Amino acid sequence: MTTNHDVVVTGLGATTPLGGDVATTWDALLAGRSGVSTNNMDWVERFDLPVRIAAQLAVDPTEVLPRVEARRLDRSEQVAMIAAREAWKDAGHSDDTVDKDRLAVIVGTGIGGAMTLLNQDDLLEEHGLRKVSPLTVPMLMPNGPAAHVGLEFKARAGVHAPVSACASGAEALAWAWRMIRTGEADVVVAGGAEACICAIPVAGFSQARTMSTRNDEPEKASRPFDTGRDGFVLGEGAGIMVLERADFAAARGAKVYGRLAGIGTSSDGYHITAPDPEGTGQARAISAALRTAGLDPSDVGHVNCHATSTPVGDVAETVAIRKAIGDHPVLNAPKGALGHLLGAAGAVEGIVTLLSIRDGVIPQTLNLDNLDPAVELDVVAGEPRKVKLEAAVNDAFGFGGHNVALAFTPA
Amino acid sequence: MSNEDIQKGLAEIVEEVAGVAADDVTVEKSFVDDLDIDSLSMVEIAVQAEDKFGVKIPDDELANLKTVGDAVTYIASKA
Repeated sequence: MTTNHDVVVTGLGATTPLGGDVATTWDALLAGRSGVSTNNMDWVERFDLPVRIAAQLAVDPTEVLPRVEARRLDRSEQVAMIAAREAWKDAGHSDDTVDKDRLAVIVGTGIGGAMTLLNQDDLLEEHGLRKVSPLTVPMLMPNGPAAHVGLEFKARAGVHAPVSACASGAEALAWAWRMIRTGEADVVVAGGAEACICAIPVAGFSQARTMSTRNDEPEKASRPFDTGRDGFVLGEGAGIMVLERADFAAARGAKVYGRLAGIGTSSDGYHITAPDPEGTGQARAISAALRTAGLDPSDVGHVNCHATSTPVGDVAETVAIRKAIGDHPVLNAPKGALGHLLGAAGAVEGIVTLLSIRDGVIPQTLNLDNLDPAVELDVVAGEPRKVKLEAAVNDAFGFGGHNVALAFTPA
Repeated sequence: MSNEDIQKGLAEIVEEVAGVAADDVTVEKSFVDDLDIDSLSMVEIAVQAEDKFGVKIPDDELANLKTVGDAVTYIASKA
C-alpha cells in the first residue's frame, strides 16, 4: 500500500573509483572492473608506509569543477558537490520545483577535511600565520560537504551532517527518511562524501592493522568474503540521492527509481573498532529496517553487504544477516571493486542496491575466488546474477559500533 | 611602479582568488558590491597583494579599501 509519506528516490549521483558518475560506476561494477591501483603519492615512499594501494577517483574533481570553486573546497566537499549536482539534475529538479523551506540536505562524512587540515598545518609550520587560508575551517569541518550542498540548492528545511565513521553515508539516508516521514521536509538531498587518501589516515589505519597490504596485486587486494582477504582498501568518492515524499514526487511527474521503504539504526555497545562477533547490534538494525518498512524477512531477496574485506568484520555481518533475515538472501559486497569509501560507502552502495532492484541484477563480488566457509550464505561471485527483487537491504557499519540498515523496494 | 601596473597586478590576484575576469577589475568597482568578493576572499587577496607589492595591509586599513581604486591608491602610497 502506498501512503503519502512513503519515501521515493528520484535522483542519483556519484563519483567513485569506478567512474565519474552513476552510470559509469554501475557499468564498471557489472563488467567486473576494479577501482584499486597503486598509490603513487610521494608520502607513501617518504614514510615507507606498508600500504601502497588505494581506490582513487576515476575522474579527478578538479577536472570537473570550475577552478575557483575547486580551490575553495576540500576534496571531500568537491566530490559531494559533483555527486549532488548529478542527483539534482537526474531528479529533474530546478530552482522552482520545491519550496526551499521544504528542502533539506543531509551529507555525512567519516573523516571530513583531513587533507585541508594537513595542508594548512604544513603552511603554518613553513610560512607562518599569513599563509593559512581563511577558508581553512569551512574546508576542514565535517559538516562542510553538507553545508556546501545545502547552499548550492538553497535548502532551508535543515542541513545536517551525520558523522558515524563508515556508516555516515547510510545514516544520512536514514535521517532523510525520518525527515520525510515526520513531515519536516518534502525533498531531501542526502548521502555521503569522503576523500582522505592522505598520509595520516593511511598511517593510522595501517597501525590498526585494518588495511590490505597486497601491494603487488592492487586489483585483487579488496576481496570480501574470500579466504585470502587481509583488510580493506581505502577509497574516496561520494554518493548522493534525492529522496521525496511519494505524493510530492508523483505530483510533479518525477521518475522513481524505487523506495527507501524502511531504516534501522543501532549501536553495538561493544568495542570502539571491533564488531560484535555475535552480530546482535547489526541484526537489530536490520530487523528495525524491515519493521519500519513493513517487510517480512522472507520478502528480502538480497543484502548488499558492508563487508569491507577484513577477516573479522565480514563474518560478523553474515551472522547478523542470518539472525535478522535468514539463510535465503543472496549477498554481494561492492567493496571488492570500489574499495572502502568510508563515509561515502553506505550511500554509494545504497545506490548500487537500488539499481540492483531496478535492473534485476546483482553485481558480482570482485575477487571472491574461495568463499570463507564460515560465511555459509549465497554470495554472488564471478559474474552478475539476474534476480527479480521485491526487497533488498543495504548494510553499513562504522568504527564506534554504529549500525545502519536500509530497506529498499521497487518503484 | 605606476598605478596602472598596480591595478594590473591586483587584477591578476583577484582573478586567481575569486575567478573574476581581470578585465573586469577596474578602479571604480567595489570588491563586495560589484565583484561579489566575500570577506574570506578579501583576506586572501590582501595577503597576496602584500607579497606581490611588498606592502603591509593591516586589517583596519583593509576594511577601508572598498573599491579597486582605493586599493590601488593605498598600495601606491605605501610601496
